[in-house]
Amino acid sequence: MESFKNADGKIIILDLITVLHANAAFLSEVDGAIGDGDHGINMDKGFSKTREILGDRTLSMSESMSELSSELMEGIGGSMGPLYGTFFMEMADASQKCADIDKVLFGKMLTGAQAGIQDIGSAKRGDKTLLDTLIPAGEAFHAALDAGKSFREALEAMRAAAEAGKESTRAMVAKVGRASRLGERSRGVLDAGATSCFFILASMTESITRLLAE
Amino acid sequence: MQRIINDPNLVVEDMLQGYLKTYPWRVTGTSNPRVVKYVKAPIPDKVGVVTGGGSGHKPAFIGYVGRNMVDAVAVGEIFSSPSARAFYDAFKAADSGRGVACLYGNYAGDNMNVKMARKMAEKDGIKVMTVIANDDVASAPKTEPEKRRGVAGEILMWKVGGARAAQGAALEEVIRVAQKAIDNTRSVGIGLTPCTIPAVGKPNFSIEPGKMELGIGHHGEPGVTVTDLKSADEMAGMMLEIILPDLPFASGDDVVVLISGLGATPVMELYIVFNSVFDMLASRGIKVYRSYVGNYFTSLDMMGVTLTVMKVDDELKELVNAEADASGLVQF
Repeated sequence: MESFKNADGKIIILDLITVLHANAAFLSEVDGAIGDGDHGINMDKGFSKTREILGDRTLSMSESMSELSSELMEGIGGSMGPLYGTFFMEMADASQKCADIDKVLFGKMLTGAQAGIQDIGSAKRGDKTLLDTLIPAGEAFHAALDAGKSFREALEAMRAAAEAGKESTRAMVAKVGRASRLGERSRGVLDAGATSCFFILASMTESITRLLAE
Repeated sequence: MQRIINDPNLVVEDMLQGYLKTYPWRVTGTSNPRVVKYVKAPIPDKVGVVTGGGSGHKPAFIGYVGRNMVDAVAVGEIFSSPSARAFYDAFKAADSGRGVACLYGNYAGDNMNVKMARKMAEKDGIKVMTVIANDDVASAPKTEPEKRRGVAGEILMWKVGGARAAQGAALEEVIRVAQKAIDNTRSVGIGLTPCTIPAVGKPNFSIEPGKMELGIGHHGEPGVTVTDLKSADEMAGMMLEIILPDLPFASGDDVVVLISGLGATPVMELYIVFNSVFDMLASRGIKVYRSYVGNYFTSLDMMGVTLTVMKVDDELKELVNAEADASGLVQF
């Protein structure tokens, strides 16, 4: 299959809530190296609350993303609330009118998410933020589409680029956010936002790949 | 972790309930559980004064809600910005129709959430203007003021802005004096021990016994230098040497001094530091016009001290001297 039903996509959000929860302690540890060590806790709080809100309700992928976005923006705060709230709101907005999600549409969702984050924050690529995962991941996805690859192949390219992007933050010096004033001392460790962004994109890759196989 | 808590994930909720029960004549909750307001807010025909920030800094931020101070506060998780919704609801709780002065500290999360909240408020016709405190000298060079964080100097910004708003001034005027207050204020901190976020359960950085970090942040952001533990006199000197050249403060200046503990510092020791600061300022011809010594802006259970100095002219003196009644600052 080269597309999946939006109506079947609630599982994508449920899966990533599970993944974030499983990695909460790890994310806090990553954050603790140069931040204040609460990234995993706050992310988990917002995502787990969303699981309660979603409950047994029949919701599409777009609707589930909207619920997640609202909870992150209204309930979580921090930096990650508005950033990931925007991320999922843009993904929901790009897809909500579509019954079928194909690779072209998913590419638009990625583009929208990135544009939304760049609008609300002040970071650029190379500043040691989640954009260092998201931008190369989006580029890899679109490059795969241009090369005529399948949805699954494009997702795998995205996941691999997200992982490489996340790892690339180790060598970077933070330019925005709490770690930025550490200058050189921020080099050598992962960025927490780039790491959680990788977990999110990797989880989406896995869930969508499964939906495409059904 | 030796702490007096219930569920570590609910410390903010539990603390808020206790706080509201402690001062029912002064503060009240709102329909948003993360917004606390002055019982009389919105005060008719007065510009609303709002702030907000992460929890763990008691008495900041909710402790500055009260008469002639802050009208409403958005409350975040420990060391984490309140949500955009919380800031927006705080704007609504404070607005009498003359607009809202949102006076907060320079942190990436707060900047984003305030920006979004402002957009939401503008759709409702609520005018919001901001002053972003950036008094922490150690957090970035003087050439990059936009990167400096807001710390205990925020209290003096609220004091001045809150007093001017209480006089009936227009929004632009409240913003002008609050900006003037923070522009004339410099702060720096020293940490002797790390702090522990209850839900994390362990300190996320360490300071070796016998060492101290100069320039430490309010959330445990590592300091600019680590040195051997010094005497109170030497600490006072080191902090003044960072602050004084930055404005610069000069002989003949009148200043307000605010010394705050970081949560685990015996108040006695704050007076020891203030004693040194006062004398050192005097020896440079700088006169302490008014002083505040105590736990004004803390960092959970961190051991340490912050020094804030504000240069004051007649206008700032009058506003600093105005009466205030908040749990963190009572002044007659």
